[in-house]
Amino acid sequence: MQTKASTRNAYLIPYVLWMVLFVVAPVLLVIYYSFFDVEGNFTLGNYVRFFTPVYMQMTLSSFWYAFLITAFSLLISYPTAYMLTRTKHKQLWLLLIILPSWINLLLKAYAFIGLFGTYGLTNSLLEVVGIGTQQILFTDFSFIFVSVYIFIPFMILPIFNALEEMNPSLIYAARDLGASSWLTFRRVIFPLTISGVKSGCQAVFIPALSLFMITRLIAGNRVITLGTAIEQHFLVTQDWGMGSTIAVFLIIAMAVIMFLTGSGKKEVRNGKKRKTV
Amino acid sequence: MGRNGKLSNVYLAVVFAILYAPIAYLIFYSFNSGGHMRGFEGFTLEWYREVFADTRLLIIVLNTFIIALLSSAISTILGVAGALAIYHVRRKRTKNTLLSLNNVLIVSPDVIIGASFLILFTMIGIKLGFTSVLLSHIAFSVPIVVIMVLPKLQEMSPTLMDAARDLGAGSWQILTRVVLPYVKPGIFAGFFMALTYSLDDFAVTFFVTGNGYSTLSVEIYSRARQGVSLSINALSTLLFLLTVLLVVGYYFINRRAARIPAGGKGLRP
Repeated sequence: MQTKASTRNAYLIPYVLWMVLFVVAPVLLVIYYSFFDVEGNFTLGNYVRFFTPVYMQMTLSSFWYAFLITAFSLLISYPTAYMLTRTKHKQLWLLLIILPSWINLLLKAYAFIGLFGTYGLTNSLLEVVGIGTQQILFTDFSFIFVSVYIFIPFMILPIFNALEEMNPSLIYAARDLGASSWLTFRRVIFPLTISGVKSGCQAVFIPALSLFMITRLIAGNRVITLGTAIEQHFLVTQDWGMGSTIAVFLIIAMAVIMFLTGSGKKEVRNGKKRKTV
Repeated sequence: MGRNGKLSNVYLAVVFAILYAPIAYLIFYSFNSGGHMRGFEGFTLEWYREVFADTRLLIIVLNTFIIALLSSAISTILGVAGALAIYHVRRKRTKNTLLSLNNVLIVSPDVIIGASFLILFTMIGIKLGFTSVLLSHIAFSVPIVVIMVLPKLQEMSPTLMDAARDLGAGSWQILTRVVLPYVKPGIFAGFFMALTYSLDDFAVTFFVTGNGYSTLSVEIYSRARQGVSLSINALSTLLFLLTVLLVVGYYFINRRAARIPAGGKGLRP
């Protein structure tokens, strides 16, 4: 027993040290810095400023965009995940769905600059159809489209896993009892896979709140999210205090969302880390 | 089922088409002699030649790989230690605290990770550049490794360790002869994931690079902001091929290592 206790401590030391230095300390530092202004004086001004209309509007629009992105991702991903579970080589197809998410995000965003550009593929198609050239790049549409594009795999994966874990005999039972396909879906399949939907939404909504590279490249600075604002304050205006204040609110928002979508141990096992910018 | 099946196939085909459209688009135009991404003028390998002639870019690619390999190796060691630590903790409260701490970096937005690390490094006085990028990549990879290794540890029957101890094995022997071989698939998966995260990361790196040091994503960002250049297309084609190779490798490691239906589960997101 003696030796066991000592080995246990030996494993804990490097890990806990690392956690304290790179998890606890950074969060505390962000909170600490949120109380300082640009000159380095202690102030509550940042928090007052956050509640002014400018920042409130930004926060609201950030949430609205994140909501839209999550909703569209869910709308597209659920049927996709469902149909994937019906295919023959589903693991292979799933891998193919996930493969694009391994490609550097920047490259995909860059590709969309070409696709959506004035002389890009989309506009050529619109020309052929007869609608004519449109300004697609630097609009809300392109921003939401590209964001949804990026997040789809992260929504599909947890839903796919939830569907896979579901006992198929429940569906047969519902069918035997005379339920229509829609009723089966609404009363049996969807409720049973709600955990996957929740963790998918969580995996999309939080990063969607903090997108910042896409806003620059695709939305042409027209959309400002909380993430853009943080980046702006840290790297451009050097107002770390205000940036930290926004970060504190983002952390709070994150905690609330995680509480609402009930992050259990189960989702964590899916190893779902969203990779975004 | 017939009509339904057809409809769902069409739907899936559309989703796949959209998912792969930008990648195909990039690859297609990397061979365009016209120098832009509208209208194909002629086949050329000029942009590939340009990539290989660009010393600065090659150094950045090298940097990116060095950071990725180093950070994933170090984070694998730390992550395995972390998984073992969490595994051995008996008290439920401590265990849950450690697990939630582990999750903080996984769920928090990259912007926050980047910004908080920027503050941290400035406070401790670490110069922004190689060291800061390496440290932050290790930082966000450690929890991923923990999450990949821990389930494997929990799957392991504790009687294995008891048996080894009964047969006279010391702690070190139990670790190297029993535990580590058992969780090897998890360790590989963790290392691999850490590698891809590191290669892919933009947001965190963007905050902590400072001047003069750059990784590929940061470089692509600054080039993309300047407008279209087909050498980026050529580069992305090369990276795509590399990624496919890595994924195929990972797929086979995963399949060989464990016949558990975990197949796609460990993959990222």
